[in-house]
Amino acid sequence: MSPALAVYVKECRESLRDRRVLLNALILGPLLGPLLFVGLLRFTIGHELEQADQPLPVVIIGAERAPNLVAALEQQGLKALPPVGDIETALREQRVSLALRISDQFADDWRAGRPAQVDIIYDSSQRAGGSQFERLRGMLENYSRRTGAMRLIARGLVPSAASGLLIAPRDQATPQARGALLFAMLPYFLILTSFIGGMWLAIDSTAGERERQSLEPLLVNPVAREQILLGKLGAAASFSFTSLVLGLLAFSLAARLLPTQRIAMSLDIGPAVIGSILLLMVPLVVLIVISQMLVAAFARSAREAQTYVGLLQLLPLIPSVAISVLPVTPQLWMYALPLIGQQLAMLRLLRGEPVTAPPLALCTLMTVVAAGAAFLVAKRIYESERLAVNA
Amino acid sequence: MIKAEQLHKAFGAKVAVQDVSFSARDGEITGLLGPNGAGKTTTLRMLYTLLRPDRGRITVDGLDAALLPIEVRRRLGVLPDARGLYKRLTARENIAYFAQLHGLDAELIRQRSDALIGALGMQEIAGRRVEGFSQGERVKTAIARALVHDPRHIVLDEPSNGLDVLATRSLRDFLRQLKAEGRCVLFSTHIMQEVAALCDRIVIIGGGRVVADGTPEALREQAGERSLEDAFVKIIGAAAVGQLA
Repeated sequence: MSPALAVYVKECRESLRDRRVLLNALILGPLLGPLLFVGLLRFTIGHELEQADQPLPVVIIGAERAPNLVAALEQQGLKALPPVGDIETALREQRVSLALRISDQFADDWRAGRPAQVDIIYDSSQRAGGSQFERLRGMLENYSRRTGAMRLIARGLVPSAASGLLIAPRDQATPQARGALLFAMLPYFLILTSFIGGMWLAIDSTAGERERQSLEPLLVNPVAREQILLGKLGAAASFSFTSLVLGLLAFSLAARLLPTQRIAMSLDIGPAVIGSILLLMVPLVVLIVISQMLVAAFARSAREAQTYVGLLQLLPLIPSVAISVLPVTPQLWMYALPLIGQQLAMLRLLRGEPVTAPPLALCTLMTVVAAGAAFLVAKRIYESERLAVNA
Repeated sequence: MIKAEQLHKAFGAKVAVQDVSFSARDGEITGLLGPNGAGKTTTLRMLYTLLRPDRGRITVDGLDAALLPIEVRRRLGVLPDARGLYKRLTARENIAYFAQLHGLDAELIRQRSDALIGALGMQEIAGRRVEGFSQGERVKTAIARALVHDPRHIVLDEPSNGLDVLATRSLRDFLRQLKAEGRCVLFSTHIMQEVAALCDRIVIIGGGRVVADGTPEALREQAGERSLEDAFVKIIGAAAVGQLA
């Protein structure tokens, strides 16, 4: 058995007996992301669906001036509420979310065939204000179009003459792409899962081993330090990768449980997507665990190492937030940046779009280069005197 | 045979070891005696190549430790100052891990482990996880782990630290047995009785220097004292005075 393999087997065996490592790498890491995600999405989707199905409560001022209008609106799902005293104040205090004021001259204007005025009173800064306003406006425009058309017919004109344009929106977003918009944070969760999976082993096998005084005896064995480093890295990477696989499977299952079809989205994390993501993530997982071990080797104690490694895992959040918030068009050069490249590629995969060879090759190559450089630094630290002998 | 020649080691401005020379012969027990902070651990760490001496040379069976550190470590069985075990592994698994790192095959590992477990009286604890072991059980496991590859040279840093009287006694017997097998045994201690009871040769270290080197009888004669303890105090005291002057 090669020394690196012996170290690998021992690290894995020891970790499999550590409840804390198991909990983090195999349960908490893979499940935390999907659970958080499903909870959040169910809430959001459920809320939107609920709003669309439910009657729209609107305070109507002057309902008696336009009974036909109110009846037509009620047919479209409006629930008329009696007027309250000061509507502006009521709106500000959020006792009322939407009101419709029918003008005093409504009946006169209507009979004269002039446009009759209605005011929609709302607060666009309220959470539901915007979408409720859109619903009410849609109802009113429907009614307006219909009665307008009838007036034209009454005058012997073709209603379509009133429309200069026929506007038909054709959204090119595929159902997958709409789903991926919703799932823009998923790559971050997957990367975070890899971080959590390797973290305990990376800390335990460097700072932890030194703290428990077992590093010095280990280094006295006739084995090159590089071999010891390789074995430990391999073990941490295995746990990290296992975490990632479990996390992906959990997400795949979660995507099935979500009512995404009901809002015309689909998120398909099938075997092909899972396979591609895993392949894409291999070099990144290696880079992640080397970085964790590097940081842990610098720390004086396991507790200190935990703090540093904890901070390290916030790092991938930066590109995630940037990608989902900033209107960035992915450029080829962005794939050269580890973390960002993988996130962009994963987003494409989740949108059901293929990732072409050049960005994929660039992303993989640069991550391998970064991992190689980090390995050389880690090797130097492992070969230094201060690793085992803490002054 | 382990040979140290004019070793020198400093950590920053602090000189830990200077001009230390001695040799430990096969078939003998050599004691490195000195008060706490005298430079014993640093000297031993240079012997087993954990630290590189700033100056000087170490050879084990003629092999230069600076040039062939892995070959040298292969010939040494070391019980370092830090003797942490892997608490989630059993005693036997702890021993087997180091045997694997020495490149032993499974059959040989089993044989050597059985022999050491027998010699150290560890039959009862061999299959138990190390977590919860007493200090004596830990030291035994650490010694078995250090000797599993059947080394010719054995280096132990304060082996009796934390052991009770009975455990110390069986440790001494074990070291004598290693000596009888013709091995070179070198250990450090700050306890007088330890060297008096065991050593064929004593190297006294004080303030990072060798202040005396010889058989127990020679040291007694050198100091003109009847007991070894008085000789030790006198020699260390003289060295301290010499440093002050």
